[in-house]
Amino acid sequence: MSNIQYITGFATLENPLDIDSFVAKGGFSGLHSALAKTPAEVISEVKRSGLRGRGGAGFPTGLKWESVAGDDERYLVCNADEGEPGTFKDRFVLEHAPFLVLEGMAIAAYATGAQTGYVYVRGEYPHVVASLSSAIASAVKAGYLGEHILGSNFSFNVEVRKGGGSYVVGDETALLNSLMGNRGYPFLKPPFPTEKGLWGKPTIVNNVETLAYVPYIFTHGAEAFASIGSSGSPGLKLFSISGHIAHPGVYEFPMGTTVRELAAAAGGILGNLKAVQIGGTAGPIFDTAALDYPLDFASMRKAGGALGSGALVFMNTTVNMAHVLEVTMRFFAEESCGQCFPCRYGTRQLAFMANKIASGQGRLEYLDLMRDTTHVMVGASFCPFGQSIAFPLESLLDRFGDEIVSFIKQQEFLKEAAV
Amino acid sequence: MAMNGKGKAGETDDAVGNASISPNTTAPNTQIKYRDTLLFRLHEVQNRTRGKTWITKEELAGIAQDYGIPLAELDGIVSFYTMFSRERRGRHVIRLCDSLSCRICGSLDIYQHLRKKLGISRGMTTGDGVFSLEIVNCLGACSTSPNIMIDDHLISGLSLAEIDAMLDRLAKEGV
Ligand SMILES: Cc1cc2nc3c(=O)[nH]c(=O)nc-3n(C[C@H](O)[C@H](O)[C@H](O)COP(=O)(O)O)c2cc1C
Ligand code: SF4
Ligand code: FES
Repeated sequence: MSNIQYITGFATLENPLDIDSFVAKGGFSGLHSALAKTPAEVISEVKRSGLRGRGGAGFPTGLKWESVAGDDERYLVCNADEGEPGTFKDRFVLEHAPFLVLEGMAIAAYATGAQTGYVYVRGEYPHVVASLSSAIASAVKAGYLGEHILGSNFSFNVEVRKGGGSYVVGDETALLNSLMGNRGYPFLKPPFPTEKGLWGKPTIVNNVETLAYVPYIFTHGAEAFASIGSSGSPGLKLFSISGHIAHPGVYEFPMGTTVRELAAAAGGILGNLKAVQIGGTAGPIFDTAALDYPLDFASMRKAGGALGSGALVFMNTTVNMAHVLEVTMRFFAEESCGQCFPCRYGTRQLAFMANKIASGQGRLEYLDLMRDTTHVMVGASFCPFGQSIAFPLESLLDRFGDEIVSFIKQQEFLKEAAV
Repeated sequence: MAMNGKGKAGETDDAVGNASISPNTTAPNTQIKYRDTLLFRLHEVQNRTRGKTWITKEELAGIAQDYGIPLAELDGIVSFYTMFSRERRGRHVIRLCDSLSCRICGSLDIYQHLRKKLGISRGMTTGDGVFSLEIVNCLGACSTSPNIMIDDHLISGLSLAEIDAMLDRLAKEGV
């Protein structure tokens, strides 16, 4: 396992809001070298690096930047709405290396011609809103943001916006709606935000971690970035590790690191491993076979899941899978934005059945009904939220269905067996 | 995850249509009329004074006027987001995370304890108006699960006795 660090290297600074110590560690040198190139050259460097989005979908960042077209009034949005259960890496980056995100934003804006940037921070991170605002002020004062950045003709301003509590708003189209002061409903693509986004203007949406890796490309080079990780998934990745594990936290490793290696790096499983959910609540729940999975986009797809945000929740044998089912289905019911019927109604039905099962009033036929419901939702839901529910539900029933079945039977029997 | 484009056109038009009502701007920070500041403003108004944790009807009407948004639409916007309340809440809002990491690390112990101590369950406010108890999804701090937030503060790694002491202190403080 490699011990290359980048974000976590910057994150060791004693005062993350002290811009001088960030610069002393090499911060903003990526912006210097990017500004010496043309915007087209910057985009082609990012393409050569192979950097892919860290917000969940893994879209190639260079391609996204290149697809910005149309109007001269353009926006860049940093998605800091981090709501995927089990994920806390963006909070970590914003708390410990905020300037790295701002440097990445400045490079992205230069490449794409954006004049204004927003960081949309989830409402549950009020302290991040405050510290980030102070980081922005320092960066403006030092000439890294604002008018005529580093004496060039390039000007770019960044502002912080705060969410109001909604998971679905993490979806880029919902996020843009929310930024425009609307309900956080996703909208249909195309047109993609890079053509018609904020106020109908071309808008790039990138995740916090994606932007924080951009300066790497302009300090160490696109080749260096591409040489780390696995094929098709270059670079380092932040993993949020939690649950029954000795040292939960954010870990930075090359793409392709296995689940087993990560668990070992985090001090090992507490107790005996039973299951691990990868990629967040919208990701599958695997059994111990997952220990050998390499964590990169292609491998996780092959394993029937997705790398998602890079969250890993380890569960030991004390965990009752009927409870996991209930927690998961309730999450979907509570967070469905309600815009479309299959998801609004389907998630409620699923949460109802899961609640009954976990509280000992379940029926065996619920299990088939739940599968049927998710099939409809996968086909008919408007956005990926409603479609993704099949990952956790089907994986739970496929891998831990026996346990849930015997739990239901036992509870049924208990009603009659009481003396 | 890829968009599959299966949504109904009507629904999309509606969402985008709403958006295009908002005035276009290159300098959104200076103009209160621009709706990108709306959620910020709602937070501000909701917590305008110490111990106030909800948005009143009058405040909502004022914001609707400032932003030129029909009141019914603003009502719909506010109700969409879980952090805002149009109903009176306690002076302190306790948010208990019950997503997976917190659940398997003991969120239910905290919930049962708070229920007993405060005599309220999910979504309720204590009779003396000091605390409201909410169950929320992941607070993005799973490395320290189980987590709660009290107002703006993330509280993790406290024993039940320490949480008690903290709540007792808050209750005594008054407004
Ligand atoms: C339901 C849903 C929730 C999402 N939540 C987040 C999130 O919290 N943070 C994030 O960066 N991306 C999230 N995404 C992905 C975004 O839509 C978008 O792909 C991403 O912000 C693009 O940035 P990237 O290319 O740098 O990854 C979510 C997507 C969906 C469908
Ligand atoms: S699938 Fe769910 S989250 Fe997505 S638009 Fe429909 S109701 Fe909203
Ligand atoms: S699951 Fe509770 S903070 Fe993430």
